Parts: sequence; C-alpha cells; structure tokens
Amino acid sequence: MHVIAPQAVDTLIRLLAGDGYEVVGPTRRDGAIVYDRVQGLDDLPVGWGDEHAPGHYRLRERDDAALFGYVVGPHSWKKYLFPPQETLFRLTRQPDGSFVTEPGEPAPPRRAFIGMRACELAAIAVQDRVFLGQAVQDRGYAARRQDVFMVAAHCAEPGGTCFCASMDTGPRAREGFDLALTEVVDATQHFLVAEAGSEAGRAVLDRLEPRPATDAEHAAAERVWAEAPEKMGRQMPADAREVLNRAFEHPRWEETAERCLSCSNCTLVCPTCFCSQVEEVPDLEGQRTERVRRWDSCFNQEHSHLVGGAHRDSVAARYRQWITHKLATWHDQFDTSGCVGCGRCITWCPVGIDITEEVTAVRRDAEGQR
Amino acid sequence: MATDAAATLPDQVMAPQPWRIYSVHRDVASNEVFSWELRPAPGVEPGTLPAPGQFNMLYLFGVGEVPISVSAITDDGGIVHTIRAVGSVTRAMQDLEAGAVVGLRGPFGTAWPLEQARGRDLVLVAGGIGLAPLRPVIHAALERRADFGRVVVCYGARAPGDMIFRDELDAWAARDDLDLRVTVDRGTAAWRGDVGVVTQLIDRGGFDRRNTLAMVCGPEVMMRFAASSLERRGVKPEDIFVSMERNMRCAVGFCGHCQIGAHFVCRDGPVFPYPVMEPAFRIREL
Repeated sequence: MHVIAPQAVDTLIRLLAGDGYEVVGPTRRDGAIVYDRVQGLDDLPVGWGDEHAPGHYRLRERDDAALFGYVVGPHSWKKYLFPPQETLFRLTRQPDGSFVTEPGEPAPPRRAFIGMRACELAAIAVQDRVFLGQAVQDRGYAARRQDVFMVAAHCAEPGGTCFCASMDTGPRAREGFDLALTEVVDATQHFLVAEAGSEAGRAVLDRLEPRPATDAEHAAAERVWAEAPEKMGRQMPADAREVLNRAFEHPRWEETAERCLSCSNCTLVCPTCFCSQVEEVPDLEGQRTERVRRWDSCFNQEHSHLVGGAHRDSVAARYRQWITHKLATWHDQFDTSGCVGCGRCITWCPVGIDITEEVTAVRRDAEGQR
Repeated sequence: MATDAAATLPDQVMAPQPWRIYSVHRDVASNEVFSWELRPAPGVEPGTLPAPGQFNMLYLFGVGEVPISVSAITDDGGIVHTIRAVGSVTRAMQDLEAGAVVGLRGPFGTAWPLEQARGRDLVLVAGGIGLAPLRPVIHAALERRADFGRVVVCYGARAPGDMIFRDELDAWAARDDLDLRVTVDRGTAAWRGDVGVVTQLIDRGGFDRRNTLAMVCGPEVMMRFAASSLERRGVKPEDIFVSMERNMRCAVGFCGHCQIGAHFVCRDGPVFPYPVMEPAFRIREL
C-alpha cells in the first residue's frame, strides 16, 4: 500500500495524457457528474457530492475537497466501449451494381478511465461476456476495450439507491483495474491510498513517487472499506433469480406498468444493457450508405417488431422482459447477473420504480402463496 | 486493464457480402411471395453452405437488412431464399430482377435435426410461408429416401392462390414415397382438396407414433396446435421441433431483440425442441 497526495491525481492525469492516452474522468456539467475528457485536477468535481433516491438526483457541495466524493452520475463507461452511436460499415455502390464495404470508424484512441467504481468495473466484465465471450466477437468493442488503462476509486460513500454489496460487486473494487485509489478525507487529513492491479499500473504508480502508507493511514483506508457497505441505501434479495424465474405470469407486472412510462431511461443509464439496432443511412444520390448502430431499448415498442405487430405490445410485458432478463435469464445466457447494483435505474426513473422493491414485492407474494 | 488480443473477427459475419440474383421465381399470383437463387458475386468467397433450417441476413443497399430462411440449396452451391413482401425492406426487394446484387451474410442459427430422423418416420407440418424453411428438408429426405420411414408433409395455406411452390407440390403429390396432405383455410369454386386447419391433417395419422420425428414451421398459434395434435397422437414432445420467428437484427446475439426467455432465437434457434419453446407458446408476450 502506498500513499499519494490529492495533487498527485493531477500528475496522474497529465502523465497518462503524456503517454498518449485520451484521459476520461468525472466532471461537473449540467448539474450532474458526467464522464468526459479531463486535463487535470481542476476538471474533477472537487468538493462535490450527490444525493440519490428513486427519481431523485441532486448535486450538493461537500464541506471538504474530496475528488471522488460523489456516487455515480447518469453516464457510465459504456458510452466509450459501446458508444450510443457507431457506424459499423460504409458501403459504396460499384458500376456493376455490386458494392464495396469499408470499416465505419477509424481506430479508436487509447483511453484511460479515471475514477471507476467497483460496480462499473463489474459492469464492464458483464459486457465483456456479451461482446467478447460469444462465438462471434464484436470488432469495435474489442478494439475500444483492448488497451484501456483503468483507475478505480473505491466507493467510500455509497448512495441512497446503491445495492452493489448485495450483488457482490462492490463497494470495494477487487479486480480489473490497473490502479485503485482509496480516498481518505476528514477535518485533519486528505490523502489517497493507491494499489496497483497490473504491471502497467505499478509502473505508473512508481512515477507518481508515492510513499509507503503508515499503519495509521492503512487503518484509515481499511475503515473506509469496512464502513462503505453499511452506507448502501438498498439491497437486492439474494434469490432474485429464482424469484423472477417463477414470476413470469405474476400480476405485479400489470401494476408496475401503470406507473412505468416505458421511457427507456433505465436502459440508457444501465451500464450493462446492450440492446442495439442498426439503421441504414444512405446519401441522397444512393451511391454511398452507412450501417449505423444505435442503442435500443426493450422498452421501445419497435424492439419486438414482427410482421403483424410488436410481440411485446404491453408495457407490462416490456417491463417484465427487462427485469427478468437483467436478474434471471442473463444468468442462463452469460453465467452472471446482468445487474451490478449501481442503482442508476432507480435514480433516473422519472417515476421512481425501484428494481429492488419490484423483486421484493414479487418475492413477498411468492412467500404468501407457500 | 488490457484484454487479450482480439481473436480473428471474420468480417463476413457482420458485413454483407455481395451476392448476385441468379434467377427470380414468382409462383404466387399476388406476387407477394418470391424466390431468389443467389450466387456469390465475382471475387466473393461463398463461405459455409447453409443447412436446412438456418437463415441468412439479406441486405439491400440503401434500404436495410432482413433475416430469411434458406428454402433450397442447389447442387452447384446456389442458395435459394423465399421471401414474403411484408415490410419496407422485403417490398423493395420484390422489384429486383435477375442480375441485381444484394448483400448476404450467414448462415446463422440452428438447423433441422435431420440426422435424428434417420430410420424413423418424418412428419413435416407447414403453415403458409412456413413451407419455405422446411422445403430443403423435403429435398434432403427425397435425396436419401431410404434413410427414412414414412415421410408425411402437412401443408396449410390461407387459400389455393396463396400456396407456394405449386409446381413442386404437384410433383410431390404424384410421388408414392411421400405423403403430401394439403389444406386451405378458404376454398374456391375450383378447389377440390381439404378445407380447414392443418391440425386435421395430422389427426389423420399414418405415421408410427413411437418412432416419429416432427418438424413444424408456421404462425405461432398454428405451431402450438400442431404440437398438441402431434402429442395427442403419441409423438413425444422432445421429438417435435419448431422454428421460431422473432425480430432478428444482428444474428449473433448482440442486439438483444430476438430473445425468448433465456434464448436468443438467432443464436440458439430458430429451430428449437418443442419442450424448450413450450413456455413461449403458453406465456403471452414472452
């Protein structure tokens, strides 16, 4: 364990930029913490925290200068690895009526992600299984994912909609990072405990000239790790998969559908949702065209389009598809839950539908029937 | 953290390859259904030949892409697709003539379990355009006719004028080694055949209940009733196979549209053992 000063994070960002990375991190914009390019410490949301509740998100000023004193915002790193819009191919018509196909996007930049939460590392591991773990790999995802330098920031203060502890994905990041930081900040001290998770991470850490952690500093970091799980606002029942596998015809979905706006906010903020559609975007002359992939959502009626109409026409069926896929059938498909407990779907639902409450309600009924 | 260097990613899987329409057949009066025989455009590798039951993604430049089952494979590597013009892409495809170039990627999905039917009676139940994905099975079964017991084909169409593959139906009807049974929902003055649902053709029996493999393809409600009829006649549920239709876009399990419960129809289907799909027939909007 080593200790670095808050200012060393500025050095870290500049050093990674100097190594050729496009450095991306948290920054404050439009009243939210979002991920965007950062040039130094000034771009980070220093001294800002956030409040989370169902359908509620507010930034609030902290009484300290914490760098990572917020939970998570509406963005996830998904937007870099699986972008909301991506041109898969560009096709050009040939004189003989045939066509030639070229790649749609240039080679992606090598990126460094700063301030990743444990749930977000877990979410990337989930999407890795989708895009890299099947018979066919997604070429674009593989290229963007390949050389990312990942700097984790262990969660010290999980929010009101968080439940990663019950999903076993956090709040302390266990793996997948190159470098992990534990921020200790109180009235008397402010420092970060740094651990390397890879050779590349160790090499970068060395260049930050850290000093070994004292016993007291180590104990302070351990306190952060020990106390964070207690601060979770929510909890997912451990048997969510079994509960939902028995609940495909449960009346709860009709009740939830009365509140659900089918707006797809939950799927857009979800760091693991992977549905997409491909649109044909031709030019006016009909000589060139593009295959453009965009995020889609199982809450859109078009998602289940078939000749004769949408297969999942009712909002109840669409909500059921989302929650049963996320927590139950995802296990069958990818040998993992599709939920990492980040709580974004609860926070950003305009009517505050709570995925943990839905499972709990269905579970309660199932118990009552026994 | 770095992942392992990406495995080779065959572009052929995701990028449409140019294939030429070698011939066009329009065998339904309404022209709503048409068949293309496709061959690779010059310089294009034909890739793996599809197996009966599998599908290709067919692409029209500037318009879009649709999943279409293989309806025949010619002796010299031509691939036949039979298409019903019902959406924006298939309607645009309807106007193409021989010589035009379209895009093709595939084959994708699971095949009909023809090998499992070896030495057994084979019952094929088709509704409407559902005859197209079963046609290559009929071709294969007739080619190796001695490998199978009785071969029964039950085909239901809306009306006599909607029947596809008319010439072939006539040829099959004339054979004594294939039991073709045809019914229509609505007859015409000239129609001399059966009128009614396709299940009544199954109820006629004529196959060994203990040693039959059945393949069913058509509208979902028809497949549900056909499977029930087959079960009632003693065919074991695990010996019944169905071909499912869902909104398939990517064909490789990335886009999420075609899920039925835990199954991606594009990857785990479209051909499934009936017991695996039974919940999809029972639970609404699954």
